[in-house]
Amino acid sequence: MISPLNLLRQRRTPDRIGLSDVLAYVYLAFGVALMFGPVVWLVLSSFKTPRNLDEFPPTLLPLAQQSLAVKGYDRKLPLYSVVMPDGTRRTLAQVRRIGVIAQLVDPAAPQTLIKVNMDKRTPLRQFGLDWHNYAHPLRHFNFGRYLWNSVFVTVVATLVTLLINSMAAYALSIHEFRGKSFFLVAVIATLMVPITIILVPVFVVINEIGLDNSLWAVILPGAATPTGVFLLRQYMLTLPRELIEAARMDKASEWQIYARIVMPLALPALAVLTIFSVMWRWNEFLWPLVVLSKSATYTLQIGLNAFQGDLQTQWNYLLAMTVVALIPIALVFVFLQRFITSGIANTGMK
Amino acid sequence: MRGASARNFGSRLGRFLAELPTAPMALIERALGTSRMAYVFLLPNIMFFGLFVFLPIGIDIYYSFTGGTALFPSQRPGVGGLQYHYLADCKSYFDPSSCREDYFWRGLWTSLKFTAVQVSVMVLVSLATALVLNMKIRARGFFRAVYFFPVLLSPVVVALVWKWILQPQGLLNALITGMGGHRILFLADAGWAMFWAVFVSVWAHTGFYTLILLAGLQAIPRDIYEAAEMDGTRPFRQLVRLTLPLLWPNLLVVLVLVTIRGVQTFDEVFALTGGGPGTATMMIVQYIYNTAFASQVPDYGLAAAASVLLGLLLLVLTLTQLWLTRRRRNA
Repeated sequence: MISPLNLLRQRRTPDRIGLSDVLAYVYLAFGVALMFGPVVWLVLSSFKTPRNLDEFPPTLLPLAQQSLAVKGYDRKLPLYSVVMPDGTRRTLAQVRRIGVIAQLVDPAAPQTLIKVNMDKRTPLRQFGLDWHNYAHPLRHFNFGRYLWNSVFVTVVATLVTLLINSMAAYALSIHEFRGKSFFLVAVIATLMVPITIILVPVFVVINEIGLDNSLWAVILPGAATPTGVFLLRQYMLTLPRELIEAARMDKASEWQIYARIVMPLALPALAVLTIFSVMWRWNEFLWPLVVLSKSATYTLQIGLNAFQGDLQTQWNYLLAMTVVALIPIALVFVFLQRFITSGIANTGMK
Repeated sequence: MRGASARNFGSRLGRFLAELPTAPMALIERALGTSRMAYVFLLPNIMFFGLFVFLPIGIDIYYSFTGGTALFPSQRPGVGGLQYHYLADCKSYFDPSSCREDYFWRGLWTSLKFTAVQVSVMVLVSLATALVLNMKIRARGFFRAVYFFPVLLSPVVVALVWKWILQPQGLLNALITGMGGHRILFLADAGWAMFWAVFVSVWAHTGFYTLILLAGLQAIPRDIYEAAEMDGTRPFRQLVRLTLPLLWPNLLVVLVLVTIRGVQTFDEVFALTGGGPGTATMMIVQYIYNTAFASQVPDYGLAAAASVLLGLLLLVLTLTQLWLTRRRRNA
């Protein structure tokens, strides 16, 4: 058995803890609070009832009114802590409230009504999650549609991205041909053209080919990505050439070499591109904002933005849907954070 | 059992789909010859790049010389350099209200102001975090991930997370009134709105730049520091004389990336403040978006002209980056 005391004494560096270490941990603790805190606060808030949300100052945890089934009443009655005229405090269930007078009963003796002024009672609450905030907007506010659109865009766009960029990477890594360096430079050049400066013309192109207000208008423009081509090409360059030579000797066609030999070997790089693509597509904002003007084609991000712009912001629904929008990203983060952080540091892309 | 068979089915489906083009591709290969197959494999990508990157650059420039409100090029009359003339019509370029298209200049100056402040804060915060994460600390992976987490969030989610905290009834105002202060309408005040625009974008992206700097720090050989310690060099002197010069290439990358992305900032700020209050946080990209897509009468020509100018600004920034990195390599 290791005693807790020994655990406390164990240190990686046997010498004293200096001031700089203390400062470092203070800085990091502050960082954890600042980076995670707001998101945790959002998630906690998303489970609050509208009345709980309106409270100022806000409660830390989502609190729900306690209620109890009382004999003689069909529905559950809300519980209150009541200060009685003689100064004692009792837990009573409220039957109804008329004006400022609340009518309550003792759950143990539900026959006698007790009338008190409403400011003599305080609601009894306990930790409780209100799932209504999630269910309602998904059923009644088109958010189910937005969610489906986002999933569709993310999945299809990622598949298209994987296919066409791996094909280009195959050509640019396995083959030698005239104009190869020209194509490489052309691909690099697209890095210098962010969507922010070609919003109008891409919108024109999409309208000319008749894709306006369809999800394909979101999927197609970003499908070819220089990041993807280079990520895959760099990886394919490391594959043993003998394998490909041997396949050519066996009269394998180019497509067979690509689909049966190179692609399975390039799986690690394809996995990285998949993660990138899912993140890009799920979070994409400016371009969908421009090209999607009908509510039926909104992605979750655009739907959220439109919903928050409404005059009366219904924060309870907005918070819940924001949590829905960050679930996939949080999952990616939890399962792959080690992998992503080192991968992104290597490529310098996001 | 079911999981295994589903996976089996998935991989079989994938293999089946991958086999579908085998026959047609073999026909093409026979017709063109194996040596030309590279072009066939490149074709889809080049088509996409052509249609959605290279062609649009041409259209952008063409549109900036046309007028009217029609979307399609055939219906747009040429107006020569009128759009540029209109954008440049200013008594003083430093005073947007003296310009005919004052929103363009407001947006441009707001973007530049935002970028200048954001770059300095971002570099300082990222550097400090990277230095701390590079120390001998426990659970370094965990802390690194914590700072990186917001990078993955969408701009809308980032904006809403903070909007919820900053709203009049929000957590921050609860803390302020709890300590005896007065409630502040953060997003209704021009100065505060700008402050939070910078704060939120640093919050959202600092993890990414921290990673780049951390990679640079970890590449510095440890024995240099051991030698410095033997010589009795003070920690601060070590930082200024050893760490920063050796980290300079990574710092430069961060500096340039933050600048280029700062000028293009749109998403988080737009979702957080909508460009308001008034035009206090309206950036140049929002000006382009508003002009072409969010106004009653879309002015594609003017937006295209503004895009071309923004593109030129970005080009200058990128060339400066290339020049800086090359000069450093030659030095």
